[in-house]
Amino acid sequence: MCTTCGCSDGALPRLTDPATGEILTLDTAAPPGARATPPDGASDPAAAVAGAHGTTVPLEQAVLAENDRLAERNRAWLAARGILALNLVSSPGAGKTTLLERTLRNRTDPPSIGVIEGDQETQFDVERIRATGCRAVQINTGTGCHLDADMIAGALDRLAPPPGSLVMIENVGNLVCPALFDLGEAAKVAILSVTEGTDKPLKYPHLFRSARLMILNKIDLLPHVDFDVTACIAFARRVNPDIEVIPLSATRGEGLDDWYAWLNRQRDDIAGGHRPDRGEPSVARPLRPRAG
Amino acid sequence: MHELTVARRIVEVCAERAGEARVRRVTLEVGTLTCVMPEALRFCYEVATRATPLEGSELEILACPGRSRCRRCGREVTMFDLLAACECGSVDLDPPSGGDELRIRSMEIEEMS
Repeated sequence: MCTTCGCSDGALPRLTDPATGEILTLDTAAPPGARATPPDGASDPAAAVAGAHGTTVPLEQAVLAENDRLAERNRAWLAARGILALNLVSSPGAGKTTLLERTLRNRTDPPSIGVIEGDQETQFDVERIRATGCRAVQINTGTGCHLDADMIAGALDRLAPPPGSLVMIENVGNLVCPALFDLGEAAKVAILSVTEGTDKPLKYPHLFRSARLMILNKIDLLPHVDFDVTACIAFARRVNPDIEVIPLSATRGEGLDDWYAWLNRQRDDIAGGHRPDRGEPSVARPLRPRAG
Repeated sequence: MHELTVARRIVEVCAERAGEARVRRVTLEVGTLTCVMPEALRFCYEVATRATPLEGSELEILACPGRSRCRRCGREVTMFDLLAACECGSVDLDPPSGGDELRIRSMEIEEMS
């Protein structure tokens, strides 16, 4: 047990498919062969080497190599199917689920959207997403503070997103840890709500550095809070000069067209580079807000 | 938080390679621009190594700064954090190279008798 944050060895992440009611621990979520295999190598026990050549054993191994390898596998799997996957990251309560609900309800035509929900506990978010008619699975990380590539491999296996679709991964609400773990997504989208404070991009620079887009949510509340949009964007660009920014209100709808246009551009990029191995080629269809 | 995941991976990798031997020291390169806190990592390392061949071993952390160039004056800038500024005062820097290392360089193990 980690006494800093309560992380423990005991609780395995769980994957819930609300469509079937199945709950799987992520160690066994996928059929054999579909999931991660241990890395190769690690053949000769180093003790033998040490006995002959001394006591320092060179390793030169990236600590997160295993996660990165699985993330690349996810990325290749998604690319082969022309699927755009986005990793939505924010602090708890910034409006990730509300933005997703709104996006899902507004879509009027394909592409289909699948959602992977990540939370420490509860099925609340997956039920909210499913209420929109969208296919969704829930990952509960237990005491874990972020999703990792292995969890996503299991979730993709269960979600089975169709070619050419869009997969939204809602990470655990946390402005720190998700920055470190590649899931195989095409891009991270950081969501910051104006109630959180102008200086968050500087206080949590890693997350904003790793994101392609920053969404400033809850702009309908700007008259009521002390938040400087211009300064916030400048802070975000200080840690990430190339970050794109879209201010919007997921509840009131302002700015959502810009978000949909951004999504369409990402989809076009994916579709442009998509060379399907087999099956019908994916066609990027525009995501249009429903009129009225 | 994520430092515990990192510490556990270090233990897995090193224990697997060490075989029967006890590990005395692990040398780790940590970029100063990663979101890994050395103090938190040391704490988690102590917890994660318990009852493993790494128990009681020393964790040596080599800090690796990032390098960048000032877009205003062209100077090279060594980045110890993501909010680094150039001597000229500018914070308009090229995206850094390096500084994102998180790599086990080596480990020192006891001689087998």
